[in-house]
Amino acid sequence: MRSAWLAVALLAAACTGKEDPSVLTFWALGREGEAVGPILQEFERENPGVRVRLQQIPFTAAHEKLLTAIVGRSTPDVAQVGNTWIPELAALKVLEPLDPWLPRFPVLSSKNFFPGIWETNVVEGVVWGIPWYVDTRVLFYRQDLLAAAGFIAPPKTWESWRKAMRALKQKGLCPFAIYLPTDEWAQLVILAMQQGATLVSPKAEPKFSEASFTQALEFYLGLFHEGLAPVLGNAQVGNYYQRFADGWYAMYITGPWNLGEFRRRMPPSVSWSTAPLPAPQENAYPGVSLAGGSSLVVFRRSSKKELAVRLLAYLSQPPVQRRFFQETGDLPSQLAAWEYPELHQDPQAQAFWQQLHRVRPLPLLPESERLMQRLWEVVESGIRGQASAQQVAQQMDQEASWMLEKRRWLLARRKP
Amino acid sequence: MKEHQAGWLFVAPALLLVGLFFVLPVVVGLALSLTDFDIYGIGDLTTVRFVAFANYSQLAGNPLFWQALKNTAVFVLLGGILSILLALASALALASRLTVWPSFFRTVYFAPVVMTLVAAAVVFRYLYHPDFGLLNRVLGLFGVSPVFWLGDPRYALLAIILLATWKNFGANMVVLLAGLGTIPESLYEAAKLDGASAVRIFWHVTLPGLRPTLLFVSLTTVIGYFQLFAEPYVMTGGGGPNNATLSLVLHMYKEGFRWWNLGYAAAVAVVLTLIIAAASTVLWLVQRKKA
Repeated sequence: MRSAWLAVALLAAACTGKEDPSVLTFWALGREGEAVGPILQEFERENPGVRVRLQQIPFTAAHEKLLTAIVGRSTPDVAQVGNTWIPELAALKVLEPLDPWLPRFPVLSSKNFFPGIWETNVVEGVVWGIPWYVDTRVLFYRQDLLAAAGFIAPPKTWESWRKAMRALKQKGLCPFAIYLPTDEWAQLVILAMQQGATLVSPKAEPKFSEASFTQALEFYLGLFHEGLAPVLGNAQVGNYYQRFADGWYAMYITGPWNLGEFRRRMPPSVSWSTAPLPAPQENAYPGVSLAGGSSLVVFRRSSKKELAVRLLAYLSQPPVQRRFFQETGDLPSQLAAWEYPELHQDPQAQAFWQQLHRVRPLPLLPESERLMQRLWEVVESGIRGQASAQQVAQQMDQEASWMLEKRRWLLARRKP
Repeated sequence: MKEHQAGWLFVAPALLLVGLFFVLPVVVGLALSLTDFDIYGIGDLTTVRFVAFANYSQLAGNPLFWQALKNTAVFVLLGGILSILLALASALALASRLTVWPSFFRTVYFAPVVMTLVAAAVVFRYLYHPDFGLLNRVLGLFGVSPVFWLGDPRYALLAIILLATWKNFGANMVVLLAGLGTIPESLYEAAKLDGASAVRIFWHVTLPGLRPTLLFVSLTTVIGYFQLFAEPYVMTGGGGPNNATLSLVLHMYKEGFRWWNLGYAAAVAVVLTLIIAAASTVLWLVQRKKA
């Protein structure tokens, strides 16, 4: 095995050949990879002699490509990564710890960023990435339908939320009150986090049977069993924008990528808006949501770390982030960039601003994504009424326990 | 003695290649399945443990594995029977003297075999589309309400089976056509002189004559179909909806290259190999007895 890797490494070294000290390789994903090109030219102008070689990678292939590059030891200098990948990359020991670099670039100070988003980049006390743009989920809702049901303001507590959903349904305003795709885990996990669920303990034990999780699960399953939410996933529902416009459902928990889409697709006759998520109790409003987005990381094997961090600092400058927002619609990670009028005076973006101060990351473990992937599959039997909330939680605990076994062993080994 | 040595010398290059590219990977795969090589192992080799058969017991307790096994078995059984029957029917039709342009139809039926699956998948996704798909349009003429072929857990596997059958029956058809050609014409003439009906001729002349060919065709089909991967990978984005089209190879692929549990994935590979070996042996024994 080792010799095979050596061969791959040799091959990779032979391919890269001589390294130009002034050329920085940067892997960016999907739409961002397209939009960042012109912005990088500005960086090259500010740093004479420096060239950034940008490589665009489709989002769906990015994770595999990155891991292949890691095994083949041909990682770039800088890369955009989904911030849920950071614990995994930290476990692989391929990232450059950024703490020693941060004091040299004031713009990269943690106090310039949303605290909950910053947290996704810190694994076991070490900063591994800098937030580039941010994601979280808020409530998208039909103002007209909610008003017709007798609710002028968006709901602030679970109780009033459920009341509004029941009213929407009972008054025949829409066949379903809310769309919760059965093939997504985020909505359920958000509800559980609002109840204080940690999902996994610091000792890597699964915590799905805890009351905080099962209470949220019961609330979530109840929405399906009462007929307030359709038992459909994204794979089945087809064009959910059209259905929102048709009044097939009135609420949807989704992220900033849909802000532009809704604006483009909703006919003017439909009045809709966004609001921070309701909370279990009034005093906890707005309820916690998920910390998401993309970060920029520097690889340990890079020979141009100073230059790489300088690029991170450049992309974090508020004016640069503003331009990036205008190009992509991605919400800026820098707090200062939110003072520009296009964000500050936009009420629909302001819901995100409020929500972003109340976000929490998934457990910072390499196993998290796999756990979440399995979660919605297991929960689906609960949605279809084939298993109770307790049974779903137990099965999840059982499966998560063996997914986390290695983690527990590593933790136990580290102690003495 | 000398001759003996020379013999070994001559086969040495071939043996070396076989050892390097066939035996070694199998041994490495087997060894890997006894370890917990995973994402932590890639980062730090000292975290890899020898776990004996833990991967195998984990696999036996994993509902996803059983789901994948069930899906694969349904696919092999239903898809296998369907594509062999279709191949047999089309081969008989093409061999019959009544068919016009036999070589044209032979080419047409064989074309899907040569076609890239990804291109075919694009077309089939349109055929299966719930709102605009041709299939639902045709079913609609008979009063069947729209079926969500790829999005509904009840129908997704069937949709994959239909695609795979369409894609693969041509290859079997060509082999069966060749098999039909080996049956001596004199047997048919004798049967006709005896006044045998078409059905009896098929049952007592064609089928026994085709038996070795059918054995070959069913063996290759079963072995190939157990390795179902590309169809669900491109059609349902990796085994959806709700794992209704998750196959064993897809399960292995996801565990290995999405979650990087390479030890566990190797164990799935070993189990799959054993299953294929067992199924082929049974098939071979049953059909050989008849022959």
